[in-house]
Amino acid sequence: MSTQPVLILDNVTKSFTLHLQGGTRIGVVAGVSFSVEPGECVVLGGPSGAGKSSILKMIYGTYRCDSGAILVDDRGTYVDVASASPRRVLALRRSAMGYVSQFLRVIPRVPTLEIVAEAAREGGVEAEEAQARARHLLAMLNVRESLWSLPPATFSGGEQQRVNVARGLAAERPLLLLDEPTASLDADNRKVVVDLINERKRRGMAMIGIFHDEDVRAQVADRIIDIRHFADSHAA
Amino acid sequence: MSVDDDRPLLSTRGLTKYYGNRIGCADVSFDLYEGEVLAIVGESGSGKSTLLSLLANELAPTCGTVLYRMRDGETRDLATLSESERRLLLRTDWGFVRQDAREGLRMGVSAGGNVGERLMAVGSRHYGRIRATAGDWLQRVEIDTARIDDTPRSFSGGMRQRLQIARNLVTGPRLVFMDEPTSGLDVSVQARLLDLVRSLVREMGLAVIIVTHDLAVARLLSHRIMVMRAGHVIEAGLADQVLDDPREAYTQLLVSSVLAA
Amino acid sequence: MSAAETGPTHGYNFAYLDEQTKRMIRRAILKAVAIPGYQVPFASREMPMPYGWGTGGVQVTAAIIGRCDTLKVIDQGSDDTTNAVSIRKFFAKTAGVATTTHTAEATIIQTRHRIPEHTLKAGQILVYQVPIPEPLRFLEPRETETRRLHALKDYGLMQVKLYEDIARHGHIATTYAYPVEVAGRYVMDPSPIPKFDNPKMNMSEALQLFGAGREKRIYAVPPHTNVRSLDFEDHPFRVQQFATPCALCGAEGVYLDEVVLDDRGGRMFVCSDTDFCEERRAQGFTGTMSPDWKGEGANGGRQANER
Repeated sequence: MSTQPVLILDNVTKSFTLHLQGGTRIGVVAGVSFSVEPGECVVLGGPSGAGKSSILKMIYGTYRCDSGAILVDDRGTYVDVASASPRRVLALRRSAMGYVSQFLRVIPRVPTLEIVAEAAREGGVEAEEAQARARHLLAMLNVRESLWSLPPATFSGGEQQRVNVARGLAAERPLLLLDEPTASLDADNRKVVVDLINERKRRGMAMIGIFHDEDVRAQVADRIIDIRHFADSHAA
Repeated sequence: MSVDDDRPLLSTRGLTKYYGNRIGCADVSFDLYEGEVLAIVGESGSGKSTLLSLLANELAPTCGTVLYRMRDGETRDLATLSESERRLLLRTDWGFVRQDAREGLRMGVSAGGNVGERLMAVGSRHYGRIRATAGDWLQRVEIDTARIDDTPRSFSGGMRQRLQIARNLVTGPRLVFMDEPTSGLDVSVQARLLDLVRSLVREMGLAVIIVTHDLAVARLLSHRIMVMRAGHVIEAGLADQVLDDPREAYTQLLVSSVLAA
Repeated sequence: MSAAETGPTHGYNFAYLDEQTKRMIRRAILKAVAIPGYQVPFASREMPMPYGWGTGGVQVTAAIIGRCDTLKVIDQGSDDTTNAVSIRKFFAKTAGVATTTHTAEATIIQTRHRIPEHTLKAGQILVYQVPIPEPLRFLEPRETETRRLHALKDYGLMQVKLYEDIARHGHIATTYAYPVEVAGRYVMDPSPIPKFDNPKMNMSEALQLFGAGREKRIYAVPPHTNVRSLDFEDHPFRVQQFATPCALCGAEGVYLDEVVLDDRGGRMFVCSDTDFCEERRAQGFTGTMSPDWKGEGANGGRQANER
């Protein structure tokens, strides 16, 4: 297994400029530098509002960063998300990194099984294998089979969350970004997710996540990075 | 297939259109690749429809170029295409879904005839096969095949748009232009149409350039967004980036006013 | 020919139109012959008859007719309807040419809605009166666009019309003005002749000229030109079939008109080409409603036409 980091953040800075409020600049984080190795789960710690989600979003390319570099390993080549073309970032999202957000955002009418299988196909898995994986994951996450053919829009928060986790894990990308994947789950399902995460880790998948649940954090984290160290000194 | 070495499907540089002294759109440059959905957003009068017409070769630019990689692999400057080449492109490799279905359909011709027209235009002369293909496409866009001989006059707004899509996709185009395809439709009908467009785009690997003032549509369908104002592209990037971390004052205004809920 | 004083009716030039106008029309005709099926615009003149009465055909005839020509005029196959009679008289008066009702004797035949049953020969000219020369008109109202479609040989739309026919009626229900492709290039409206007559246009020895007065267009099919009726592979072009022979002359394989005899449903089918029917009767052929009907097999099983 390769020993070079899957992800390297080098001196990353992020602020928002609110033009609608007279150009107010809000510093989020500054000088963020760390890296994540294969098979490692790094948890971002710190109080809410400190910029944990912003860091995940910068890695995924949803947020821009003001300066610094975000290097993601794409089959042996580092791609700097901070400066890559949109097309390159889209390709990275297909091949190198996945994202499990707190909320499921999908098109209204697509059935659950399709959503999960489609995520796998996007990551380059063949259609049949993608279906099989989707079934396996949904079953493991205790999503009732009677729900698979339905769109998840009407599901409970916990069910939606589990569909979201299944979707994030379906493609087996080398880097997974987890933003509170267990937030609205009961203890049993939290355990399933923890097991899944640990199993992926053993297979070499790198993860960087936000977990507020102390218990979950203790079970998955190899390292906790307190992002208060990266507080923007210019912050208001 | 590596993403670094394939060539864009459509590529434009410095695309500019003046209407007299008034700017239609100015200095637009971008590349579009196969399978990519690009949304052009902005309010009415921002130049997004002008840009779409320029890209689709319906309007001649004041200056600037649009290059397109043809099916044979050759990249051509659209301004140098002959009229017959242009038309062939329009009815084989391109589609254009209009805001007003009455402009995109033949309202006096049956649904089957509307879908079959492109096939006949490229030389199909077997009624049975044309009809079977048209029937297949009606099913794909969720129109009851029993309606195959009805004219779109008797169709609802949503059905008309779906018929337009079938009519455009029947020849397996690689690039589809869409001009506000969901405006004027009920919300539930919109959702169904967007869902359909999204799955067809995915299945067929279509490149799409969609003009919309509706940011929710842009978020749902597009990979990339260009924001236009007063004829200029003021911000462009990944769809989620433009919507979640808008940089320009105007984009921030758009996002905050539309997605306020 | 030049001088007006040689004209048969004092005060008119030969064949009514002045020589400059004829020249202009002849130029249009030459161009039309050179580009088979292509609609050539021409400066249509006001004629002493209303539009719709054959002003286009009359101008074409006037431009080509000479003193030695023999003119036949038919309307729906008949030599003796008002329209046919007036046009025949018009040229008898303004050009002093010989007229005839016999197809074989005529050098110029002006027609509305039919092609004679007798096969036309080299040296004969058939002049069609055309109301709407543009075959794409009902599908595409913009003239600029139809011209472009012709220029680009973009005829998918024409096929759509036939598709619609089959979709609605189970077969191609267009029975007249049935579109044809001329010399593998232009799609042409053959004027409102029954599609029964379409095959007669193909490889004809005669020159066929088309004049549309109101629409100001002239087009042509030169002799020995391929004229193909549009169709589908699985719905090939077919002409109308008639169940019975002509009730007066017993002819089969010819175009028949229905004639209502009374208000109790009585009717008969007779040759639309009156000259053809009369000739046959003169030769002794009879039909079921002939006064001297000789019964089945009376005509010796001879078919009407050598076409």
